[in-house]
Amino acid sequence: MNTYVKFGGLMTIIVGTLAWLGFSGVNETKTYYKTVAELDGMKDEARAKRLRVAGDVAPGSIVRKGKEVEFLLTQESKTLKVIYTGSDPLPDTFRDSAQAVADGRLGEDGVFKASRIQAKCASKYEAKPGGGQKPANSYGAADRQS
Amino acid sequence: MENIGAIAILLAFCFAIYAVLASVTGKVKRKPKLVVSGERAVYAIWFLLTTASAMLVYALIIGDFRLSYVASHSNRAMPILYKFSAWWGGMEGSLLLWAWILSSYSALVVFTNRRKFQDMMPYVIGILMTVQAFFLFLIAFPENPFQVLAVGKGVTEVPDGQGLNPLLQYWTMAIHPPMLYLGYVGFTIPFAFAIASLITRQAGDAWIHTTRRWTIITWGFQSTGILLGAGWAYAVLGWGGYWGWDPVENASLLPWITATAFLHSVMMQEKKGMMKVWNMVLISSTFFLCIFGTFLTRSGIVGSVHAFAQSPIGKYFVIFLACGIAAVIYLILDRLDYLKSEAQLESVISRESSFLFNNLILLASCFAVLWGTIFPVISEAVTGEKISVDAPFYNRVNVPIGLFLMLLTGVGPLIAWRRSSIESLKKAFLIPSVVGLAVMAGLVIGGVRHFYATVSLGLCAFVTATILIEFYKGSRAISKRTQQNLLMAAVELTHRNTRRYGGYIVHLAMVMLFIGFTGAAFNKDGTHDVRVGDKFTIGRYDLKIRDLLDGDNENYSWRKALVDIEVNGKHIGTLEPEQRMYKASRQPTSEVAIRRRLNEDLYLNFAGVTNDGKNLAIIQSYVFPLVTWIWVGFYVLIFGTLVCLVPPKVKMQYLRTETVGVVEKHAPVTQ
Repeated sequence: MNTYVKFGGLMTIIVGTLAWLGFSGVNETKTYYKTVAELDGMKDEARAKRLRVAGDVAPGSIVRKGKEVEFLLTQESKTLKVIYTGSDPLPDTFRDSAQAVADGRLGEDGVFKASRIQAKCASKYEAKPGGGQKPANSYGAADRQS
Repeated sequence: MENIGAIAILLAFCFAIYAVLASVTGKVKRKPKLVVSGERAVYAIWFLLTTASAMLVYALIIGDFRLSYVASHSNRAMPILYKFSAWWGGMEGSLLLWAWILSSYSALVVFTNRRKFQDMMPYVIGILMTVQAFFLFLIAFPENPFQVLAVGKGVTEVPDGQGLNPLLQYWTMAIHPPMLYLGYVGFTIPFAFAIASLITRQAGDAWIHTTRRWTIITWGFQSTGILLGAGWAYAVLGWGGYWGWDPVENASLLPWITATAFLHSVMMQEKKGMMKVWNMVLISSTFFLCIFGTFLTRSGIVGSVHAFAQSPIGKYFVIFLACGIAAVIYLILDRLDYLKSEAQLESVISRESSFLFNNLILLASCFAVLWGTIFPVISEAVTGEKISVDAPFYNRVNVPIGLFLMLLTGVGPLIAWRRSSIESLKKAFLIPSVVGLAVMAGLVIGGVRHFYATVSLGLCAFVTATILIEFYKGSRAISKRTQQNLLMAAVELTHRNTRRYGGYIVHLAMVMLFIGFTGAAFNKDGTHDVRVGDKFTIGRYDLKIRDLLDGDNENYSWRKALVDIEVNGKHIGTLEPEQRMYKASRQPTSEVAIRRRLNEDLYLNFAGVTNDGKNLAIIQSYVFPLVTWIWVGFYVLIFGTLVCLVPPKVKMQYLRTETVGVVEKHAPVTQ
């Protein structure tokens, strides 16, 4: 039986360590899902947490300058200014009117500092025929002026 | 034509239900003819689904845009390879592929085992066809791939389709989903045999011997699928990573982890008759995690970049999973008597114990990944707030697990069964330990201050040394006897016990993967807004923008940068990162430019053009050390898996001579 005791002890140590790592990991990286409207109502407490805000990218609001990308996230007539400062390239799906999810923190000035952006088209992988038609744009002069 | 496809699916659905009923009643009521008719139904389903798939592929290739599926996943300008791969580019088609692969596997299993296992086979068919019926239900009713657009009734003619998502128009993406499905679906076979042996109260491990090859092949497919996906993410998505702990990626990893644990713990059952319940649990978990993964990708339950559109089929999956899991738990508990262990654990320092630790650790990793993946769902249910966890959580738990597994990879195969003495351990591990410690010391002296990276590379050296010594010892013994040179002797050695030495080769592949993962500790990146003639530096590379171009063709319009690369003033090449805008889907994609080398990759991405009035090109540059070893490891992994499948030259007799207490009368002979 002695072997089983030794074995049980070792297993407890390993599982315990991993559980501890897991729990502390959860506490450090947990991110709260909030809507743009909800953020409006909770100025102060919102700053303490890592947040994930979802909304639509306001058409024409994307400004790329230097390492930062600024845009407006809208949801039910509320808007939130977001500055993306992360090092990963923005996803290809990130563009005007896309559904975007920004991870980061709310700054003192009410601007959301995002470290990660995920985006998907209105319906990713399953674009509905005839839905959301827009003239096909190409990289020409028009695109660069926008 | 679409009618033929739709009817074929509907018929196949009926046949699947028939096959379940006929096989099981035929067996219970002892009516062999009924059982045979069940077998025939399995072949018929394969024929029907092949017809349906052919119809769909034909429609995609000729561009029959009356079909809703074709209109949203194909277009005229798309190359034929991607028209074909549009078969699995969307929800309905991918479910059809699932069903078709399962029907092919089932037909193969029924054919190869038609004269064997008279007791078990009807139940195997019953289980396979239950799963089949479930998937056929999904494509026959809620997600029919042959849905016709109501042309003339509110919808005008559809002149051209939407095209396959351009991100998927890449060769590895054309074969990644089928590989993953071959893996996902394949685990249904060992699962069916395991459960059938439970139902029929088989005492032995016939199901393990029969399905060993299936498990290895399926595991190989699953690994291939996962790594192709990683390769695609790296080369196509343009974010420079290959793994993001996204829910859908996790969904493919979960069954892989349990399957890996299963592959190891079956050895315990074969050689010692231990861990029988455990193996049942592992193979069932693997199967259910495969279904869960299919569900996760398609239900929209957790937000993911890879997920298919939201769909109502989630509830069917939940019902199927709940019933299946309940049935399996009942069966295992009811038949515990048949799953008694034949031997006891004798020492903490033994092969048995290293297998147990391997399993424990893999399961812990699986649990952590699963927990993180469904954390938003759980937290919302418990606290009312939706909370997600991120990559740092997964890394925090899985990096130490990975390192411990690496250690076991080196230690496990060399420890003796039953118990090992400290003396023999010293003898076996002296050289590998010295090699590992030397590498670590070298790294620290060389200026590396990253703890995990140092340990990881040290362990990689340790494991490599143990494997090479194993090959060397065996080959030397053979070459002494047969006067062959060492290389030939090594081939001979591998051929004699393909499973063991193939396994070592797979372990070596794992070492290479780990070397590649470890490189991420030293990544560098930078972003620059540039015009023609600008220069910047990343790592040891000096980059200069030679030109910025744009253009247009019938599938997409593009713009790109020509970037000259210099190291120490010497020109070593030009990279051309490009951005495309696909016309049919109006979606932009990045075509990254990568200079791949074994020591490090230089990776450039054309991220766009600034719109602050200056119109500068935004170039993101990265240096990824050692990442190529992941792809090298991938090829080695495939090679090792194939070696495992070669029939060994010397037939092994795994006599359970060392069992304690129970006398084994019929030692199983394995092939």
